[in-house]
Amino acid sequence: MTTQWKLVCKKSDLIEGAGVAAMVNNQQVAIFYLPEATSDTKVFAISNWDPFGKANVLSRGLVAHLQGQWTVASPLYKQHFVLSTGECLEEDVKIPHWDMKLEGDNVFILES
Amino acid sequence: MNSNTPLSASKPHLVVVGNGMVGHHFVEQMIAQSGHESFQITVFGEEPHLAYDRVHLSEYFTGKGAADLAMTDGTLYDDNGVRYFTNSLVTEIDRKAKVLLLQDGQSLSYDKLVLATGSYPFVPPIPGHKRDNTFVYRTLEDLDAIRDCAKKVTRGTVVGGGLLGLEAANALKNLGLETSVVEFAPRLMPVQLDEKGGSVLKGMIEGLGVKVYTDTATQEIVDGEASFHRMNFADGTHLETDLILFSAGIRPQDALAKQSGLEMGERGGITINNHCQTSDADIYSIGECALWNNMIYGLVAPGYTMAKAAAGHLLGDTSVAFTGADMSTKLKLLGCDVGSVGDAHAKTQGCKVFVYQDEISQSYRKMVVSEDGKKLLGAVLVGDNSYYDTLLQYYLNAIDLPEQAQSLILPAMDGAPAALGVDALPATASICSCHNVSKQDISDAVCNGALSVGDVKGVTKAGTGCGGCAALLKKVVDNELLALGVEVSTDICEHFAYTRQDLFNIIKIEQIKSFDDLLKKHGKGHGCEICKPAVGSILASVWNEYVLKKEHIVLQDTNDRFLGNMQKDGTYSIVPRIPGGEITPAKLIVLGEVAKEYNLYTKITGGQRIDLFGATLPQLPEIWGKLVAAGFETGQAYGKSLRTVKSCVGSTWCRYGVDDSMTMAVDLENRYKGLRSPHKIKFAVSGCTRECAEAQSKDIGVIATEGGWNLYVCGNGGMKPRHGDLFATDLDRETLITYIDRVLMFYTKTADRLQRTSVWMDGLEGGLEYLKDVVINDKIGMCDELDKAMDYVVDTFQCEWKTTLEDPEALKTFRQFVNYDGVDENVVFVEERDQIRPATESEKQELIAKVG
Repeated sequence: MTTQWKLVCKKSDLIEGAGVAAMVNNQQVAIFYLPEATSDTKVFAISNWDPFGKANVLSRGLVAHLQGQWTVASPLYKQHFVLSTGECLEEDVKIPHWDMKLEGDNVFILES
Repeated sequence: MNSNTPLSASKPHLVVVGNGMVGHHFVEQMIAQSGHESFQITVFGEEPHLAYDRVHLSEYFTGKGAADLAMTDGTLYDDNGVRYFTNSLVTEIDRKAKVLLLQDGQSLSYDKLVLATGSYPFVPPIPGHKRDNTFVYRTLEDLDAIRDCAKKVTRGTVVGGGLLGLEAANALKNLGLETSVVEFAPRLMPVQLDEKGGSVLKGMIEGLGVKVYTDTATQEIVDGEASFHRMNFADGTHLETDLILFSAGIRPQDALAKQSGLEMGERGGITINNHCQTSDADIYSIGECALWNNMIYGLVAPGYTMAKAAAGHLLGDTSVAFTGADMSTKLKLLGCDVGSVGDAHAKTQGCKVFVYQDEISQSYRKMVVSEDGKKLLGAVLVGDNSYYDTLLQYYLNAIDLPEQAQSLILPAMDGAPAALGVDALPATASICSCHNVSKQDISDAVCNGALSVGDVKGVTKAGTGCGGCAALLKKVVDNELLALGVEVSTDICEHFAYTRQDLFNIIKIEQIKSFDDLLKKHGKGHGCEICKPAVGSILASVWNEYVLKKEHIVLQDTNDRFLGNMQKDGTYSIVPRIPGGEITPAKLIVLGEVAKEYNLYTKITGGQRIDLFGATLPQLPEIWGKLVAAGFETGQAYGKSLRTVKSCVGSTWCRYGVDDSMTMAVDLENRYKGLRSPHKIKFAVSGCTRECAEAQSKDIGVIATEGGWNLYVCGNGGMKPRHGDLFATDLDRETLITYIDRVLMFYTKTADRLQRTSVWMDGLEGGLEYLKDVVINDKIGMCDELDKAMDYVVDTFQCEWKTTLEDPEALKTFRQFVNYDGVDENVVFVEERDQIRPATESEKQELIAKVG
């Protein structure tokens, strides 16, 4: 399987401390920009699809830092998804996630 | 006679004569113990109403109707096969034949009989006591008659300065009469208070403008010169008055028992044993007509205990018995605290007394202790009842007094009265005397899973009688939870070790204006979906900045962040503000045109607004551009803030309207529309008592009266509906707005996150009375701060949508995708009744299959 970095948007398209939605290869991605994160990358991406609410809304959830993990709380029914792994904290569910990188003013996603 | 339930021949017949509070409680007890399955139960009440709450009778004058005071609407009886007859006087008992005769000539046989006939007010046989415009204070009909008379006259006098007399005096005062109290004894409340306590109370009551005559005997009542009556006193003086209300004590209603030859006390009362049986083993007697150990108990709690004992005995449970009752009592009379515990008059042999008196703030306290100083025997409190609960527990449970026992009635110098820890109470300590609930009962309930005060109330009924034990009950429940290891953490979340109330005060006092600043100084970590919106809301309540400002936008929950209400498919609904629900045809057409252009589902909301559904994220600014251009403002339906002020048209159009509810509703909505609060707030204004706007089910309800506006607070609909409590009556417009300002700001300052006003008020120690003290009497000196805080919010209102439309940075966040102009293909609508609705999952599958 080949992987490659693909340009998604500009850094100025992101919102510090919150999410935005992007369309990548016909798939909705929720991208979060967290300058306070201590990881190498400050940009995270998970699927925008909320498997419980069955709607594309996760980019519009509130970012919650819970016991050391960066998560987003779904705006519909408030389940938390870990931004770096796509794992749900409340249920045994995992949603897609992607590696991201910030280079200068450009935001890249690792396509697989 | 009217009743639907046929008489069953197979069961023994139990007849209850009397349907007051105690008679009703007896029926409740029987039903709770399935007694209605072993007995056919029939109830006779002399009054036209089924049992009602006589303890709170005076509230009939302050807005409560007969239905509010009713203990039952008959459903409990109907559902359990209990036959009941109101307006039915039983005139005779034939004990030999076991038959009852009724006034209307009918007769009825019984197997067991319960006499709960209560008492009647004693009217001293003064010449002239039967003149017109003389009353007693016992039934709803009495109160109707008093109210009618009070409308036409100016001066009222109560004969009797006891507990009920002072309550009646308060009612006359509230009806607008110049009020006097005439007491035969040398002091007020001679049963409960000592001489000094009585005189302090007299001073306080006179300070409120009620004239008090003690040591005064009325010799005759004759025609007055300036007023309807003249009362001539034994000392040669006289008093002119228009209305006379006799409240000189009660007498047992025992005529029926006397006629049937049951054993009676020397001065009346039906003699009973510990099972509440009379001298005829098939006849029981309970409540104020019963005489136990030569004593009549004129309070509801002992009556309830008798009801329980009688029901138990009838059903074969002899373990419950009536063995006397404590007559300690605490009350607020004409706004003055009065408390009396045990041997208030220090009659016990060898007892010693501590006394504290403060003539400046008008309070008096006395403790009566045993000769060795170890036990509390009694107490008198006037002016401040905060000492009562602790004293009562020492007395009831015979707990050893601490050294320096006088500290129990001295003002605590650090501000907090020295309270007895609930830990120190024995398991048998009675917490709720109305329903006889002990500390052990509460402990059991908590162990069985009742983990909140509300749950414990539901299981044990504690705190649901007079409500006087609410504060103590909460302490016991918290203590039990703690003992169980249930952590009663009040921290808002892992990032702030504070309550919402603490955070509010910190933000205000330290002038903190951003979440980051607050987190740096008082929190840890990076925040979560609990603390962010809570702090965002507090910042908005205090500083009222634009909620989508860069440093605030990440705090907002999705509805606040996009200024719309997210629906299940990720689209939003839009509710423009329509103050009072009043809208011009031209504006209505604008809404219609916009809805049509964007194909929005349109519905009228419960709060009389128009809701437009199905707008996508990028459509929101477009739609609002049109609405703002047409003069609409944001309706803040997305916020924890004032939603709507519902209204009727009031006196402008309605034939029955008393005042202009429409203008009031529009003005109130415009005043409070920007206020961010702990939870959503709804108002309503009705133009008359027909109450078409349903104001009593709102957080703030306003109802026009002949004399101004009545204000109701802390009601709500929703999951747990609650009627609002009457807060103040006949207010002018300015006072009304001042009170609403203060109630809302005090709520905003002190409630927990997502706590509606009803739950908030129930949790306030002291409840409604405390809230009145804060808002009306400025008891905690906060009114000035509350007024200023509300004025600031009102003065800094901005339409969030107007600001957003002018802010390119904010508008950027409304893009569906940052890198693509298309739409969310998962948002699919189908048509139903000529409008759109979101497609169901299976409809989506079908549509995709067709396209594919």
